[in-house]
Amino acid sequence: MSTATSTQQAPAHGHGVEHHHEPGFWQKYVFSTDHKIIGIQYGLSALVFLMFGFLLMMCMRFQLAYPGQKIPVFGSLLEAMLGDAAKGGAMSADLYNSFGAMHGTIMVFLAIVPLAFGAFGNYVTPLQIGAPDMAFPRLNMASYHAYFLGGALMVASFFVPGGSAKSGWTSYSPLATVAEFGKPFNGQTLWLIGMVMLITSSLLGAVNFITTIIQLRAKGMTWMRLPFFVWAQFVTGFLLLLAFPPLEAAGVLQLMDNLFHTSFFLPTGLVVGGDQLPVAGGGSPLLWQHLFWFLGHPEVYVLILPAMGIVSEVIANNTRKPLWGYKSMVYAVMSIGFLSFIVWAHHMYLTGMGTKVSTFFQTTTMMISIPSVMILTALFISLWGGSIRFNTPMLFALSFLPMFGIGGLTGLPLGFNASDIYLHDSYYVIGHFHYVVAPGTIFGLMAGIYFWFPKMTGRYMNETLGKIHFWFSLLGMNLVFAPMFIQGLKGMSRRMADGGTTYFGADDIAIKLNTSITHAAVLLGLAQLPFIVNLFLSIRNGRKVESDNPWQATTLDWATPTPPPHGNFATEPIVYRGPYEYSSPGAARDFTPQGQKV
Amino acid sequence: MEIPYTYKARPDTGLYNAKVGIWLFLASEIMLFGALFSSYILLRVQAPDGVWPEMRLGWPHGLLNIPIGTFNTVVLISSSVTVVMAWASLKMGKIAAFRRYMILTLMCAFGFLGVKSYEYNEKFTHYELRLKNGEVHTGHLEVNGKHPGFWSFADIWNLDRLTKEKVAEVQFTADPPKPKAGEAHAAEAGHEHVAKAIKRDEISRLEAFIPRNHNFFAIYFTITALHGLHVFVGALVMAYFAFPGSRMWRTNPEQFTNRIEVVGLFWHFVDLVWIFLFPVVYLL
Ligand code: HEM
Ligand SMILES: [Cu+2]
Repeated sequence: MSTATSTQQAPAHGHGVEHHHEPGFWQKYVFSTDHKIIGIQYGLSALVFLMFGFLLMMCMRFQLAYPGQKIPVFGSLLEAMLGDAAKGGAMSADLYNSFGAMHGTIMVFLAIVPLAFGAFGNYVTPLQIGAPDMAFPRLNMASYHAYFLGGALMVASFFVPGGSAKSGWTSYSPLATVAEFGKPFNGQTLWLIGMVMLITSSLLGAVNFITTIIQLRAKGMTWMRLPFFVWAQFVTGFLLLLAFPPLEAAGVLQLMDNLFHTSFFLPTGLVVGGDQLPVAGGGSPLLWQHLFWFLGHPEVYVLILPAMGIVSEVIANNTRKPLWGYKSMVYAVMSIGFLSFIVWAHHMYLTGMGTKVSTFFQTTTMMISIPSVMILTALFISLWGGSIRFNTPMLFALSFLPMFGIGGLTGLPLGFNASDIYLHDSYYVIGHFHYVVAPGTIFGLMAGIYFWFPKMTGRYMNETLGKIHFWFSLLGMNLVFAPMFIQGLKGMSRRMADGGTTYFGADDIAIKLNTSITHAAVLLGLAQLPFIVNLFLSIRNGRKVESDNPWQATTLDWATPTPPPHGNFATEPIVYRGPYEYSSPGAARDFTPQGQKV
Repeated sequence: MEIPYTYKARPDTGLYNAKVGIWLFLASEIMLFGALFSSYILLRVQAPDGVWPEMRLGWPHGLLNIPIGTFNTVVLISSSVTVVMAWASLKMGKIAAFRRYMILTLMCAFGFLGVKSYEYNEKFTHYELRLKNGEVHTGHLEVNGKHPGFWSFADIWNLDRLTKEKVAEVQFTADPPKPKAGEAHAAEAGHEHVAKAIKRDEISRLEAFIPRNHNFFAIYFTITALHGLHVFVGALVMAYFAFPGSRMWRTNPEQFTNRIEVVGLFWHFVDLVWIFLFPVVYLL
């Protein structure tokens, strides 16, 4: 990695380093406190979990298309590892539930958030604000280790008797407690302990990010000169900081219910399998839902905001124009931050909260879509009149816009409680949030990987492979998720182990779509192969960058040596201007970096 | 490479990094305890009218030992004062006084935990006994002349265990009845404080004052245990700074003083949680 050519190759020491003794392997890659190494650790782990979550889903998709048949390729492996739950290499209903719950959990908490916040946030934020590292480097390392431990527990939970958690990623009580009642160390318990680990990791990260952005901005880096990416990370940090603790509280309470048989979430007179459950009762299942969604909704913005930040950087850079309405985007992202704390019960319209409460949450939900649309609109208008460079990062960033648009717009009918009564818990909801998270967030993250790869390694990723990856992914994503709207509108419920065949009959169009979606998912999976090949081959064989600033960008992350050394900057950066001075009239070049004086 | 503002304040924010960090952390802690207190309110509000144990799911009153709780409140508030004094001593450059105040703070912290474990133990050895004829009693219990101790978690109402150990009867000493308004000290008159034998077959339910008995105990133990964990961790950190960690005083007194300030802020928060907790669970 260090062989990269570089116009201003670092004289190895940043601000005031006297001695440099080479750290050993463990110091350098496992117990590193360097934000860039930690960012890469997060990134690689998250990509592995992304693939793992995808494979779980592939098994489920096969089951939906061909209920009860032997799963090709993985079937025998599953039977060997999990025994009866995968008898004959086919999926039992229990296993379907397990995989479903773990797919959601892994994708949200172990793949997307760590990639968006842990990896990009860690690698890029200090560079963009001109800091030598995070404010608390050791806390940063602890955050990654807590994440790793939480992930390991989640994976281990597949192998305990009874299998992993199987009550959905939302883990609703009382189901989550009674599913394996009386067995103290079941999958659900491990899930809860794993979640507490992951929450701890996020809290450490959030404290660190916010402190870093407040305290370590370079000289001249005023708030309105921060790149939009940093703003997005800043707000994300607050969401994690304030929304996760209630879930931690809920997790502790559910752990008490599972281990010590308290009744926080168990109502009076609960009957399971014909017997009254021997607990005191008097608890409230809705309490769990409130605590869960109090996190759950801000969490969806944790999933989307960093991607919006990445997309903004890539778009400004590749249209060679300033972002249109930078300031309104900043205010919009702040409003999203505030509002996302008061919309949570739009996930609970069907719980009988009463019309007044529903109306309140319906109103706030409509309100929060306004700033989301503002950001999207600003990004669309930013394209206007630009001389766009259609490289791979830009293609991903561009397609983020309509994909997120579809996801957001389909959210509106869910936000109105009259229409949600019909749509709730149907495949329509699955379509909605996957449009936001998969071709939305994941495309944004892909744009980021292709965009910052040259800074991390000194080499470009291959453009041809990148374009193959992009076009087939775009096709695959839409073939997978668009039909789900139709299935949902036809009334197909989510979380059914046979995909609804018993309910609809195999001839219904909704059931037929199951098969075509599964085939499209295979296509989507294959489309990721060029990416994996590209990612690893380009580290050694990619085309070398011509300079430290190969995309001719304005922000400070490109003013570092390539790859940035420990301490990041060769000389202390000073900021003279806003983040997106592209094509300024009268300037010598079509970009004026933030650190350029005149 | 050096991280800026680790102990010198950044001019435009007026804060050093750790101070920003601890305030953010405390904000998240407020959300954590806030969620638990909200759960308490919700569970209590939806509990049926009437008072436990007569009304099975009614909310209990006056179960906790108020004098002891008050004592602990005073202990914790004092420790908040001494930790400020410790910090102020450092500001004046008096390391010996600092150490004295830290020792006082630590004594308060462990004193608090000691009293708390006494209270816990009292609850764990106190029983609610329901008979098949509908009577409900609370009191102390002996099985074969011994205290039965902590009951297993798997056997919910403890009856299986009595059967398995072939216990025919248990000795039960009922609590003195609570004086009702207007009946001043009726208790002492009629009640004799002696153990009574109760047959296994008469019992329909037997349970100590442990979390699963009732949501009141559940939330009481959960919040106070979490709070106790905070006290414990805070005390460990303070013990570290009072002794081995105070080496830093010689190399970088300013940073060391800041560390004590940060620990102090955390400690005030722990104190503040208790100041809410005490009236909510003991008095209301
Ligand atoms: C911008 C406007 C948005 C609106 C109005 C909206 C509205 C809703 C509503 C009302 C639901 C509940 C549907 C139901 O369960 O019946 C829902 C579900 C969901 N939304 Fe959105 N949403 C929006 C954006 C987003 C974004 C940006 C994300 C994530 C990146 C997201 C992720 C989700 C997820 C994950 C669920 C499903 C949770 C589950 O039940 O498992 N949404 N949305
Ligand atoms: Cu929501």
